[in-house]
Amino acid sequence: MINKPIKARVHSFQSLGAVDGPGIRYVIFLQGCPYHCPYCHNPDTQPLLAVTNENGGGEYTVTELADRVERYKSYFGETGGVTVSGGEPLLQKEFMAEFFAECHRRGIGTCLDTAGVMPDDAVRAVLSHTDVVLCDIKHPDETKSLELFGVNLGATGEFLSACRDAHCRVWIRHVVVPGLTDTPDGIRAVERFAGAILTPEKIELLPFRKLCLEKYERLGIPFPLADTPECDKKTLENCQKVLTLTPRQVV
Amino acid sequence: MKFEQWNGFSAGVWQDSINVRDFIQKNYTPYEGDESFLAPPTARTRMLNEKLSELLAKEHERGGILDVDTETVASLCSFAPGYLDRDNEIIVGLQTDAPLKRAVNPFGGINMTRKACKAYGYELSQKVEDEFKFRTTHNDGVFRVYNEAIRAARHTGIITGLPDAYGRGRIIGDYRRVALYGVDVLIEQKKKDKAAIASHNVLADDIRRLEELYQQIAFLEKLKDMAAMYGYDISVPAKDSREAVQWLYFGYLGAIKEQNGAAMSLGRNMAFLDIYFERDLKAGIYDECAIQEIIDDFVMKLRMARHLRTPEYNELFAGDPMWITEAIGGMGEDGRTLVTKSAFRILHTLYNLNPSAEPNLTVLWSKDLPAGFRRYAAKVSCDTDSIQYENDDLMRRKFGDDYAIACCVSAMRVGKDMQFFGARANLVKLLLLSLNGGRDEKSGTQIATAGKRFEGEYLDYDTVCTLMDEYRPWLAETYVKAMNMIHYMHDKYAYEKIQMALHDTDVHRFMAFGVAGLSVLADSLSAIRYAKVRVIRDETGLIKDFETVGEFPKYGNDDDRVDSIAVEQVGKFFDALKAIPTYRDAEHTLSILTITSNVVYGKKTGSTPDGRKAGEPFAPGANPMHGRDASGALASLNSVAKLSYDVCKDGISNTFCIIPQALGADDESRYANLCTIIDGYFGQDAQHINVNVFNRDMLLDAQAHPEKYPNLTIRVSGYAVNFHRLSREQQNEVIARTFHGAM
Repeated sequence: MINKPIKARVHSFQSLGAVDGPGIRYVIFLQGCPYHCPYCHNPDTQPLLAVTNENGGGEYTVTELADRVERYKSYFGETGGVTVSGGEPLLQKEFMAEFFAECHRRGIGTCLDTAGVMPDDAVRAVLSHTDVVLCDIKHPDETKSLELFGVNLGATGEFLSACRDAHCRVWIRHVVVPGLTDTPDGIRAVERFAGAILTPEKIELLPFRKLCLEKYERLGIPFPLADTPECDKKTLENCQKVLTLTPRQVV
Repeated sequence: MKFEQWNGFSAGVWQDSINVRDFIQKNYTPYEGDESFLAPPTARTRMLNEKLSELLAKEHERGGILDVDTETVASLCSFAPGYLDRDNEIIVGLQTDAPLKRAVNPFGGINMTRKACKAYGYELSQKVEDEFKFRTTHNDGVFRVYNEAIRAARHTGIITGLPDAYGRGRIIGDYRRVALYGVDVLIEQKKKDKAAIASHNVLADDIRRLEELYQQIAFLEKLKDMAAMYGYDISVPAKDSREAVQWLYFGYLGAIKEQNGAAMSLGRNMAFLDIYFERDLKAGIYDECAIQEIIDDFVMKLRMARHLRTPEYNELFAGDPMWITEAIGGMGEDGRTLVTKSAFRILHTLYNLNPSAEPNLTVLWSKDLPAGFRRYAAKVSCDTDSIQYENDDLMRRKFGDDYAIACCVSAMRVGKDMQFFGARANLVKLLLLSLNGGRDEKSGTQIATAGKRFEGEYLDYDTVCTLMDEYRPWLAETYVKAMNMIHYMHDKYAYEKIQMALHDTDVHRFMAFGVAGLSVLADSLSAIRYAKVRVIRDETGLIKDFETVGEFPKYGNDDDRVDSIAVEQVGKFFDALKAIPTYRDAEHTLSILTITSNVVYGKKTGSTPDGRKAGEPFAPGANPMHGRDASGALASLNSVAKLSYDVCKDGISNTFCIIPQALGADDESRYANLCTIIDGYFGQDAQHINVNVFNRDMLLDAQAHPEKYPNLTIRVSGYAVNFHRLSREQQNEVIARTFHGAM
C-alpha cells in the first residue's frame, strides 16, 4: 500500500535564527497552536489551517522541507541546525517525527521549540530524533497556566520526563511579563518545576516585548497586553538573580 | 646579494633576486593565540591622535577640506617635508607640507582640478595653469579619441564612472620591496630589464616598455630624494622594525604623491613587517608597546592621506575614500596560517585610535584560520563595523598566497599583476534601451544603432531576452573601446611610475570591467517572466514606465527561478566583453561592485518592470534590492553566493547589515555566530562580505544628532566610510537597506 506523503502546514521560514537554540539555525514556523498566550507574537499561526503567503507559508512534504533546510547546511557548523517552532509544532507530531528523522539522516541537527504536550508514541518518536528541546514554561502555577495560557502544566511535566528519557538537551524558556510572570518566587518555582524532572542546560528568561503590536494592528485584532509595559532591564536582572543556573539574556 | 641589515634572517632565493614572498615564507612566525598580548596606546600615541582628531574635526567643519595648495603640483619632491608633530612622530611623511592639506594633481585632467578647487572656494593658480598650458593630460588624450557612441554612453550614464579625468588607481605597488632591498637594488634590476629589452630588435610595444622603464628608474631616484628630505637614506635596506615601516611607507607615500588614483591600496604587509618585529622583540630592542606604537603611528599617517576631488566624484565614491586597502591574514599554500601577531596589531588600531574608515582593513578569511584570530576579527566587526571579509580559500586557488586586494574586492598578486580599472556598465539601462530600439529611456536619444524594439503591450520573457541579446554586443563593444582608449592614454600621459617600478617588469594585466544594477535587472526579468508587465509609452513611443500585476520571485530569497536569471545575465555580459580584444592583451575580468554609485546609477535610470520608479537608487554591488530579501539573512547570502567568481574574478561585493540582537544573545555567541555565517557563505565559494552590526534606529539617531557619533564608521560597498561624510541622499539609501533582524 502506498501512503500519501504526509504534509506539514507551514506558516513561514526564517533563514537565520541565531537565538533559537544553539548556533546558527534555520527556523521553520508551523501553523496551529492550541494555546492562547496573551503575548503571542505570531497570532496568525494559531489556527491549524493550510495557509499560503509571501514568506513561504504553505504545505510541504518531509522531502521538500528537508531539501529546503539542506541549502543552509554550510552555515550550521558543529552546533547549529534546524529549529521548528510555531505555533505548537507538536500539533503536527506525525510529520515532525518523520521530518526530524530525515534531518538526522542528512546530518542536520534538530531543535524543537514547544510548550510541551502530553507524550504519546508519536511525541516520543519526535523526541528520539530531537537534539535540543526549547521548552516554554508559561506559568509555574497549574491553575494560572491553564487559565491564562491554556497550557496544562501537568502535560508539560510529563513531556519533560519524556525529554529526559530520550536524552534530549533541554533549555527551559520563560517569558517575563511585568505584573504577570515577573516575581522572584515565580521564577524560582519555574526552575524548581523543571529541576525536579531533569537538569536543564539553560534557563532563558525572555523579556516581554511589544514588537508585535504592528502585526496585531495589521490583522485587526486587539493585543491583549497592549497596556502592559515591556519588561525592563532591571526587572529582568532581578529575575535572573534568583536563578541558580547561569541564565542567558535574550532580547 | 648580502646586506648587514639582513642579519638574523633565514636565507633563500629572495637574496638572489627580488622575491618578497620567499622572504616571508622563510622567515615569518605564524601566530595561533588570542589578542591578550596586545598593548594599549602609549601617551605619545594618545597625544598625536588627539591632535589628529582636532584636525579632522576642523576639516569636517570646513565642509570636508581643511586646506588646498593651489600653487604646487603634487609630486614626490615638490613639497617641503610635512609633519603632524615633528618632535614626536615615529613614522614621518605627508603628501604636502602640512597635515590634511591637499595638493593639486592635474595630470589626470586639469578641468577636474579646476572644478575641485572651485567647489571648495579655491581657484587654481595661474602658475599651475601656465605649467599645464602646453601639457597634454590623460583627460585631453582620451577626449581626442572618444567616438560618438562612447560620448553618448557616458552622457546617458549607461556607462558611468570611467576613469577618464583622474588617476585610474587600483594598482598596488609592492611597497615591501623598498624595505627589504633598498631602492638601489630595485634600480639595478630595472636597468638590467631595460638592457635586456633593448638587446633585441624593438617595435612599438618594446619602445613603450623602454620608456616606461626609464620613467620607473627616474622616479625611484626621486623616491630616494623624497626620503632624504625627511633625513632618511632608503637606497639601502631597512635595518629594524621602525625603518621597515618607514621605508615601506615612503614607497606608498611616493605613490600617493604622484598619483591620485581612485583606489590606492597598501597591499599585504603584516606578515612581512612582523618578521622585523619578531627579530627586534627577540633581540630586546623593542617591546610590544613600542611595536604597537609604530603601527599606530603608521596608521595615523594613512588616515591623513587625501586627494582633491570634485563633488561629482564624491557622488560616485562617497566619503572621501582612498581605499588604502590592507589585506590581513589568510593561509599559506603550505597550510601554515599567514596570521601573525601583526594581523592583530593592525586591527587593534581601531581600538587604540578609534574606529575609522581608513585604512580599509580586509580580512582574508579561511575556514582554517586560527580560532583566536577568527574570534578577534568577529569581535572587531561587532564593535567597530570597520572591517570586511574576503574568501581566501577561493582566491588562493587562483592567485596563490601573496595576493592583495585593490580597492574593495579585486585580488591581484602583489608586484606581479596590475589592472586597468574601469567603472561599470548599467545593465538595467541595457534592458530599457533594448526595449526601446537603442534609445535612451530618459532622454529618448538614439544612442545605439537603431534596430528592433519591443512592439507589443505586455512584455514576454523570450522576446525581451532576444532584444537584449541584440543590443548587448553594442554595449560591450562601446565599453571595451572606451577602456582601451582610457588606458592607452593613461599609460601615455599619467603612467604610474613609482607603483610600476615596484612591480616585476613583466607584469600580468587585467582589464577590470564592472556591472551595476544586477538585482534590479534580475527582478525586472523575473517580473516579466512570472507576473504580467504592461508597458506604458509616451507620445513619442518611448517606453517610460511599466504596470506590473501579480507576484514574482525576487533575487535575495534563495529562489533559483530568479537567482538563475542573475547568474545568466552576468555570464552573457561577460561573454560579450570577452569577444572584444583589449589594450595590451589584458585579461578581461568583471566585478559586481558599485561603491556608492548605486545612488547615482538609480538616478540616471528610468522606471523598471520590478516596480522600481525612475530615479530610485539601485541596491549596492551584488546585494538584493532593499527590503526584497524577505526570507532572512542566510537566504539572502545564498542568492548572492550563486554568482560565479570564475566569471566575476574582479569581485562580487555584498554588504550585510544585521541587528545585534539577531546575531546572538550575548557577545560571545555573536562572535561565534558571525564566524559560522561567514564560513557558511564562503563555503559556497562566495567572495566578499561587508559586515555591519547595528540597528537602523542608531543610524537615524546619528543622522539627527551627528555630534553624538563622531566616529561612526559603517561598511558601504567594499569600503568603510564615516557616516557623516555621506550626503543626506546616500545616508537615506543606507538607512533603507535591508537590516536582517529577528522575526
